[in-house]
Amino acid sequence: MKPLLVAICIVAALGLPAAHAVQPDEIMSDRVEEARARDLSRELRCMVCQNQSIDDSEAPLARDLRLLVRERIAAGDSDAQVLDFLVARYGQFVLLKPKFEPQTFLLWLATPFVLVGGGVALWMHSRRRSKVLGEVAGPALTAEEEARLRELMMQEVAQETSSANRL
Amino acid sequence: MIAESGHYALVLALGLALIQSTIPLLGARLNDPALMNVARSTALAQLLFVASSFAALVMLHVTSDFSVANVFENSHSLKPLVYKITGVWGNHEGSMLLWVSILALFGGLVAAFGSNLPLSLRARVLAVQAWIASAFYLFILTTSNPFLRLPDPPIEGRDLNPVLQDIGLAVHPPMLYLGYVGFSISFSFAIAALVEGRIDAAWARWVRPWTLVAWIFLTLGIAMGSYWAYYELGWGGWWFWDPVENASLMPWLAGTALLHSALVMEKRNALKVWTILLSILTFSLSLLGTFLVRSGVLTSVHAFATDPTRGVFILLILSVFVGGSLMLFVWRASTLKRGGLFSPISREGALVLNNLFLTTACATVFVGTLYPLALEVVSGAKISVGAPFFNLTFAPLFVPLMIAVPFGPMLAWKRGDLMGAAQRLLAAGATALLALAVTWAWARGGSALAPLAIALAVFVIVGAFTDLAERISLFRNPVAYVLARARGLPRSVWGTAFAHAGIGVALIGIVCETTWNTEYIGTMKEGDVMKIAGYELRMDSLTQRLGPNYRELVASFIVSLNSERLSKMTPSKRSFTTRGGMSTTEAALLTRGVSQLYISLGDATADGGIAVRIYHKPLVLLIWFGPILMALGGMLSLSDRRLRVGAPRPAEALRRLQVAE
Repeated sequence: MKPLLVAICIVAALGLPAAHAVQPDEIMSDRVEEARARDLSRELRCMVCQNQSIDDSEAPLARDLRLLVRERIAAGDSDAQVLDFLVARYGQFVLLKPKFEPQTFLLWLATPFVLVGGGVALWMHSRRRSKVLGEVAGPALTAEEEARLRELMMQEVAQETSSANRL
Repeated sequence: MIAESGHYALVLALGLALIQSTIPLLGARLNDPALMNVARSTALAQLLFVASSFAALVMLHVTSDFSVANVFENSHSLKPLVYKITGVWGNHEGSMLLWVSILALFGGLVAAFGSNLPLSLRARVLAVQAWIASAFYLFILTTSNPFLRLPDPPIEGRDLNPVLQDIGLAVHPPMLYLGYVGFSISFSFAIAALVEGRIDAAWARWVRPWTLVAWIFLTLGIAMGSYWAYYELGWGGWWFWDPVENASLMPWLAGTALLHSALVMEKRNALKVWTILLSILTFSLSLLGTFLVRSGVLTSVHAFATDPTRGVFILLILSVFVGGSLMLFVWRASTLKRGGLFSPISREGALVLNNLFLTTACATVFVGTLYPLALEVVSGAKISVGAPFFNLTFAPLFVPLMIAVPFGPMLAWKRGDLMGAAQRLLAAGATALLALAVTWAWARGGSALAPLAIALAVFVIVGAFTDLAERISLFRNPVAYVLARARGLPRSVWGTAFAHAGIGVALIGIVCETTWNTEYIGTMKEGDVMKIAGYELRMDSLTQRLGPNYRELVASFIVSLNSERLSKMTPSKRSFTTRGGMSTTEAALLTRGVSQLYISLGDATADGGIAVRIYHKPLVLLIWFGPILMALGGMLSLSDRRLRVGAPRPAEALRRLQVAE
């Protein structure tokens, strides 16, 4: 119903005071490195929280992770290395964007599969239906066919009137 | 006594619902009007009893009767009156009671205003409504009774969670539930149609207003919840791709698709089977949302397993209704006659494309939300699926969809002229390119994505009004004539334009907020000054203050622009005396046009300073104006005479025909 409830549950469960996510004393002096740290923080999950990134979370664990990310960046790690380091330590659970690997194939491929599958199904459906239409309506009639059609229809009308008269 | 009467009223409502779920069906089968009419009176009586039950709970909360467990756990005698009332649905039991009250309200509305429905259809629709109602009454009475008494009444209550003590709680859940539960009507109509084995354009015409009402409320409910999170949580985020949010987004996406497919069905008698399926899916997703939020399965699969009574009950309701309705669909859908044909390039084709993308978007959210749960159950592996995943998979789906939006209303039914539509949208395209150039120049490089997204949004907005401008012959005729034409235009055309423009407006807000948001995080003391986005903020004072059930630390900031004093902002941090001293951050917002300055407080430091977060969020309000515009479009459409009047009664139509002769 609301993200609030989730946040509250965590805060309430842990009995934490509401505080800020990123604290002033965490910020790195190098602006580029700090920006990298923020971007990475948004990709990492605070494991004691419900679906919150460590950038948003107020939990002490999130702060520890933020500091760890900054430590690794300061040590000269690339973004991928920082993520690998955290995955090695905390498992896949720490990544908010799961890696593309056998256990997540379905997750990643669901969207293209539904889109392409739906598109193909629609295309086949419309072809099948237009074929039905083609059989019903057929190509345009020749003048000869039209004359024959008129004749048939006249016959039918005549038959109907005659049968009605008989009644 | 009040608690017992409330409880008893709920039991009586269950009894009525059981009657309503069987007798009218029998009546429809035997073609007995008296039995079919039972549905009408039971639906109205049910509404009366549920409403009294709900009123009883409100009474208990207002009078702070702590002998009732629900009041004791969620209320406090010092709590302001408005929060005593909203606290009624700020907890599991109360919110379920609100859920069934709204369900009964919709049932009552169908009973009261459904006199132009064929009798058998109305009887069946109300019977299906009653099945849902019975299931949820049983759920409340057996697992979540809000009227439970405590053996030793305590003197004081535990108070409502402080974060919920906000006006947002008064508006957000009722709106959301009006949306969720409103989709039960289209569900009931779909099931009734499957049972009858008959469905026509008139059916779509009856269903569409109900779907529209539910959609309007859900749109506003989601937007409201997002704004509430934005100002209450204190870090300025407005959408978190949280499972709880996703639970409300899924029925919205499916419901939006339903609105559009029902349109095809009403006008062209096509897409019948698909519309029926969407009606079923939309409400199934509402039920799924209720299950996700109410069962505790989201917290963790293990928490769900340790206290499964409630979760299993809702899961049972979910499986019976979703499974049952889908089985009925598979069994009966083939009996429905197929409707009109159309070429791929046509209004119908555009609406099918809309449905394809919305359904895919919905499926993406569905898989992303449930995959971690399913994986954990199946293999025990724990993964997380969060915002970065959805940004990558969900957002791109909206690019082709939004490009297609302005084309839709420009194409003719059956066979459209794509080139013609493209020519008519030339002005919109040119405006979009201009917007691209201007934004690009203004942003001076940077990410190309943001200017492109802005251009797309401008295309959608201008495109939405192009059709309108053409139809009222704007700029081509005298003003008086144009105004006369504008008045004569069906309101649903206006509705479409506003709703479509709303998407563009929201996109502009989203792009600006995420791309050009400025943030400052630091520690400030009294007298400190900081500059952000041209504004100068001076921290004037830092003081303690006492509220009714909390004490707070208030910082006062003087905001000035070009050394001219604009306003004062007072963010605060509240510690509640109850609930173990839990605290909340009350952000201060200063609105300038549609942009906002946002300040929230962190922890006080030992040397008398305080941690602050200050944001400048450009055009941020557009994020919520967009959905408001969409809802406004929905309301305009709803007020369209053709919809309001509904399908004419056969007898009336006949009479009119005779008069005309």
